[in-house]
Amino acid sequence: MTVRAGDELPPLRIPITRTLIVAGALASRDYQDVHHDAEAAKEKGSPDIFMNILTTNGLVGRYITDHFGPRARLRKVAIRLGAPNYPGDEMVLTGQVTSVAEGTAEVAVIGKNGIGHHVTGKVTVRLPSDVPAEVLTTADAPTVTQDPQNTQDTQDTAVTPDAPDAPDAPDAPAAQGTPR
Amino acid sequence: MTRDELGLDPEELYGRLKAYEGRTAASGGAGRDPVNEPMIRHWCEAMGDTNPAYPAVAPPTMLQAWTMGGLAGHPGGAARSEAYDELLALLDDAGCTSVVATDCEQEYLRPLRPGDRVTFDAVIESVSPRKTTKLGTGHFVTTRMNVRAGDGELVGTHRFRILKYTPARPRERAGPQPMRKPEPMRKPEPTRRPEPTAARPRRPRRPRPVVNRDNAGFWEGVARHQLLIQRCLDCVTPRFPWLPGCGACGSQRWEAFEASGAGTVFSYVVMHHPPFPAFDPPYAVALVELAEGVRMVSDITGVPYDKVRIGMPVALEFLRVDEELELPVFRGAQA
Repeated sequence: MTVRAGDELPPLRIPITRTLIVAGALASRDYQDVHHDAEAAKEKGSPDIFMNILTTNGLVGRYITDHFGPRARLRKVAIRLGAPNYPGDEMVLTGQVTSVAEGTAEVAVIGKNGIGHHVTGKVTVRLPSDVPAEVLTTADAPTVTQDPQNTQDTQDTAVTPDAPDAPDAPDAPAAQGTPR
Repeated sequence: MTRDELGLDPEELYGRLKAYEGRTAASGGAGRDPVNEPMIRHWCEAMGDTNPAYPAVAPPTMLQAWTMGGLAGHPGGAARSEAYDELLALLDDAGCTSVVATDCEQEYLRPLRPGDRVTFDAVIESVSPRKTTKLGTGHFVTTRMNVRAGDGELVGTHRFRILKYTPARPRERAGPQPMRKPEPMRKPEPTRRPEPTAARPRRPRRPRPVVNRDNAGFWEGVARHQLLIQRCLDCVTPRFPWLPGCGACGSQRWEAFEASGAGTVFSYVVMHHPPFPAFDPPYAVALVELAEGVRMVSDITGVPYDKVRIGMPVALEFLRVDEELELPVFRGAQA
């Protein structure tokens, strides 16, 4: 599969749990109370705790590298926040390649939640270097396209080994019981 | 013009804030920990990021995390400059005590790896004029940080924008809130009339008109369902809104007379953003030219916002907005 301007990335749905908001805030070393203390957030005019910008940034980065593969390199991530991510909501990240040049793609990203656009942004990503410029493959099987004859076969048989799918994403564990 | 808690009007405050542009926001900052695998792993767990490139390199979007002071802060309050502290204190004193991050623009020049020691400095890039957002009124402050590693090699830049603001009064949010817990019952507030049903969410009310000696006669007319316009007794120029003197000749002698209620849309805008409490965008706001020659700003009723047109004939009616407030508005005649 080649990467072309206009390509749409498959959407990524992210449940906005209290756990995600708090874990993201702490992993980014952001101890602002509005990201973990609902009472304090209310005093400051917010109906609940809300996701911090560093977590949003991390999720946008993940969305891009999930799609283009582990050898893709983020060059720039520029985001603007709108409607906050409150617990109980869901954010759906969508992206569209706006340009491809010299092995670098620009992707416009939107993260929409139940109350509006949580994030709009632009990501510049360097695609894996062994892929010819402007006829680019996603990182799953970059060598395959070198030999067009084999493309179909290889893709059919080699779907699973490389795909970094994560059905055991760290959402389920015993972290459910947020003390309240 | 309203004054804030410092006694400064918005212009004066903005002048003082703007003086901080270009000054240092942080200098000589050092990451509290070197880039390390545990922090990378905790980040990836939180983000659900299973990219196998990590933790041999850090996710680039962790850039800012390496510069954060954490719960304890940077030792001795290092890094943050006096100028930046002063700027934030000035905003706090002006009532802008809340803060929210709005923009983050990062550029990554090379990946950070476990063992890298991060240093950083930052400059105050800009301070915005006073802005009113959904959250409240305040100022955007933009800083730009250079992040270095090892012997000072620039590894990334980080532009960050925050809004320091005075919170708008908490109110019901629009839109779905699937998991919101029901609010505990509030204590009854004696000055307010009881709600018809306790379960119904309280809708924010429209702003109240400011009634003073100069315009009281207008609102008395509204109460009687009369739209009253002033007319100069010396040069007979009609005027609206109500003012003590004539804009044409300066005379302070005037009389009030009742408008016929006929008018046309002289101009209009459609409001999409920002949403204000008690108003549901999109809606049209029209400048109506009355048959008597004066113009007034009004709702157009009876016509969808996207069907309002310049030149459209309109007729006066009175709209009861809530139990206390009635307003003169204009009903459009749809083509």
